Amino acid sequence: MHLKLRVWRQAGPTATGAFESYDMPEVSAEMSFLELIDELNEKLIEANKEPVAFDHDCREGICGSCSMMINGQAHGPSRGTATCQLFLRKFVDGSEITVEPWRAGAFPVIRDLSTDRTALDHIIESGGFISAPTGSAPDANLILVPKEVADAAMDAAACIGCGACVAACPNSAAQLFTAAKVAHLNLLPQGQPERWNRVQNMVDTMESYFGSCTNHGECEKACPKEISIDFIALLNKDYLKAQWKNRKLESQRG
Amino acid sequence: MPELTTEDDRAGADDASRLAREVGPPVPPSPRDKPFLVRFYGSAVGKKSVMALTGIMLLGFVLVHMIGNLKIYLGASHLNEYGEWLRMIGEPALPRTVFLWLLRIGLIGAFAFHIHSAYSLTRMNQRARPVKYQSHREYVAANFASRTMRWTGIIVGLFIIFHLADLTWGFANPDFVRGSVYANAIHSFSRVPVAIIYIVANIALGIHIFHGSWSMFQSLGLNNPRFNIWRRYFAVGFAALITVGNVSMPLMVVTGVVK
Repeated sequence: MHLKLRVWRQAGPTATGAFESYDMPEVSAEMSFLELIDELNEKLIEANKEPVAFDHDCREGICGSCSMMINGQAHGPSRGTATCQLFLRKFVDGSEITVEPWRAGAFPVIRDLSTDRTALDHIIESGGFISAPTGSAPDANLILVPKEVADAAMDAAACIGCGACVAACPNSAAQLFTAAKVAHLNLLPQGQPERWNRVQNMVDTMESYFGSCTNHGECEKACPKEISIDFIALLNKDYLKAQWKNRKLESQRG
Repeated sequence: MPELTTEDDRAGADDASRLAREVGPPVPPSPRDKPFLVRFYGSAVGKKSVMALTGIMLLGFVLVHMIGNLKIYLGASHLNEYGEWLRMIGEPALPRTVFLWLLRIGLIGAFAFHIHSAYSLTRMNQRARPVKYQSHREYVAANFASRTMRWTGIIVGLFIIFHLADLTWGFANPDFVRGSVYANAIHSFSRVPVAIIYIVANIALGIHIFHGSWSMFQSLGLNNPRFNIWRRYFAVGFAALITVGNVSMPLMVVTGVVK
């Protein structure tokens, strides 16, 4: 099939970027979108030009590295897939595809389509863990978890941290990411001791980098793991409760 | 000084790791120095809760206001009597209009917080994306209502000022007579441009309510897969009810059905 690409090219974080058009006359419909860019880069290298910088790693939809706006949608038009799992058969033969990096103040462009998503790590650092001594593996079923709770926690834990929720959000809010990371620990028994501090600290860190949630629901549609905005409601509920719970815990310090 | 062996290195590393395990990774304590309501309102999630709570108060007002005003269809005496009753609520326990003023103060407070939180969240969101998307952005879930909240909000806010000038203070209405609620409304709505303002503003209000009365459940964390679909039904129903009720009054007057 024949595709035309309009790719954002930017030499560095402070350089001015612009779209550049490339013609891809013969590509296979069974290629993934990343393979299309690989192909483009082969051509660019052969022509002695700079290849397009983009993030990628596992190419099987589980690492969260690949990140690009394709025709104005995070990870492109396919629901529940990362860019690496988007195939060219989804596009019409002869069409032009526009590719842009994630845009958010907290995701500065490093080069071309590659952005720095460290801000998401800072959210995790402020509470996305349980403080437990990690000895040998405990016996299975030592702590019983209701099936529904385990399923919900698993749904939240499916987050691969790609940042598509931020990219898709009209407000650049990281609510879905933070909600997923808070929920997968706050739902489980192991997460209870630090539950209220976790939600408080992670939300506070999130708000120092990102925008606020106005319930558009764009994030849920962009998420390659189809994480539900129900988790955002849970985050809001836990944050509200944490205001009381944390005061109570403080007063017990003596 | 004796030579350090690999054994010593290992022992030191073990000590360090044991210590790290006991102390755990540093968790920065969040600053809890300010009074807790101030702190809570300082966070965006807190502001959204305040927006939802004040939104619920304003929805309550809009509903009661509409029900009261629909008495226009029962005739002049009913509507005027209702207007007089509003001033009398609480009598004789409270002096005349005191209860009404308490309601008004609550309403003004709700408006102030609703608008302030909307303003500061909008600013925060603008700062969060200093460089906009340079290509066309394709929205999948965001609807017209959710994306125009600030505009419909501004339209409704400006309209309220006009509405007060028209039917409460009276200086935007040349035929205004204090206390004759029915006649004032008829005189006002008979002017075609004014009727259009009322109709447009109430449609904007309906659009605002359509997103707001769904979004408030989410902001307050009221979510349960068993009743989630009812949140949408509620929003559609409430928005439709308010729009139809409020638009009908100027429409019926300007078309001459109600005189």
